[in-house]
Amino acid sequence: MKFASEFRDPKLAKALLAEIAKLADQIGASKEKPVHIMEICGGHTHSIFRYGLDKLIHEGVEFIHGPGCPVCVLPRARVDECIEIAQKEGVIFCTFGDAMRVPGSKLSLLQAKAEGADVRMVYSPLDALEIARRNPAREVVFFGLGFETTTPSTALAIQAAAREGLTNFSVFCNHITVPEPIKALLDDPHMCLDGFIGPGHVSMVIGIHPYDFIAQYYGKPIVVAGFEPTDLLQSVLMVLRQIAEGAARVENQYARVVPEHGNKVSIAAIEDVYEKRPSFEWRGLGEIDASGLRIRTSYRAFDAEEKFAIGYAGVRAVVEEAEGCACGAVMTGRMKPPACPQFGKGCTPEMPLGALMVSSEGACAAYWQYGGARAAE
Amino acid sequence: MCLGIPGQIVEITDPARMAAMAEVSGVRREVNVACVAEGPLEGLIGQWALIHVGFAMSLIDEEEAAKTLDALRDLGEAQEALEQMAAGDAALEGRA
Ligand code: SF4
Repeated sequence: MKFASEFRDPKLAKALLAEIAKLADQIGASKEKPVHIMEICGGHTHSIFRYGLDKLIHEGVEFIHGPGCPVCVLPRARVDECIEIAQKEGVIFCTFGDAMRVPGSKLSLLQAKAEGADVRMVYSPLDALEIARRNPAREVVFFGLGFETTTPSTALAIQAAAREGLTNFSVFCNHITVPEPIKALLDDPHMCLDGFIGPGHVSMVIGIHPYDFIAQYYGKPIVVAGFEPTDLLQSVLMVLRQIAEGAARVENQYARVVPEHGNKVSIAAIEDVYEKRPSFEWRGLGEIDASGLRIRTSYRAFDAEEKFAIGYAGVRAVVEEAEGCACGAVMTGRMKPPACPQFGKGCTPEMPLGALMVSSEGACAAYWQYGGARAAE
Repeated sequence: MCLGIPGQIVEITDPARMAAMAEVSGVRREVNVACVAEGPLEGLIGQWALIHVGFAMSLIDEEEAAKTLDALRDLGEAQEALEQMAAGDAALEGRA
């Protein structure tokens, strides 16, 4: 077995797989009637494919890939808006590399750069801050992107800019939160989900209690998990145990990194700088109430949307998603990537139609990279 | 972007800005330690942290750090993080 050699602890993995199989049989899960476990985070999706866990695991356990890839959920309209900012005279537009190739309705940031926009790939919002300090005559805009894991970083960067009185730094805020889209999925009558693998690093920031509603209100188990293969298997096992007991709890498999109540400093910074938007548009999911963050008026000077009257602070264009793309269905777990009519045909990593094909955490990229390319042939 | 990478804090470079030097897989990179600073900053020297987009977000023990680095190398993520750091450095000089 090729995969087994890649576990750092194959013995433990084997034992976990056996235990999972036993429980799956016990609760009557089969290929025809599998339990559906959604891994929310794109990082988990990648681990599952990298190690072939979907193949190794009992056939009665099916992984449903969730919407936890912050680049993938950006609608084309949002990418267009960021390109509009990037193309403005005098702007230096800083972004994480992940977002460079995400297609808008006409261009990606990479293409905008080729056409002359000053788009720079940075590792951290702190790099963007430093670029602003060194270029006082230029407007430096950072593409603030990500779930709760990266939100504190832009909040702290904005606080630093405010302390220093920088007037040429702003953030185009696309921060989103995990609980709201999960609630939207659970409210969708077409979804049948039996349990969740919770995101590890989001939870490192917010703790495990923001998921209480999943267990208490919707009666589904959720286990916050680490990223190693044995972490994931153990988490699946913990979910199955709850199902077998007829229980629904929030459990923490990743306690070595995730404190129950999250990270105090991060939460305080987020609350100081950001507030919930009434709603935010997600690719494939549409507008979801309270699922995005915006910069509070006390930090308005650092809000690129306000500064340039773009996006939710301007007039938003209605932009259709690419024809024939199934990004929405894939992102919400209703469809597996190879079932998308464009997969490997109109959409490849070289010529992407959707962000799921280019983001390092996208489900389509994962299928493609680890054997999905074969499935398309 | 979301996985983060373990680094060892080796020096406090600017206490006012909560800046410290971290060694990440043999590469030195300035990081912000505001989220993990509970006591005096000097206490962080020698500690391992999970670093996300330039911020130390969680202290971890050395064994966990080694295991995580291993896993990230497996996933190709360690190399990617280092490349992103280099790209960030280049962007400062407008070379990106
Ligand atoms: S294959 Fe391309 S078009 Fe189809 S869902 Fe994936 S990213 Fe979207």
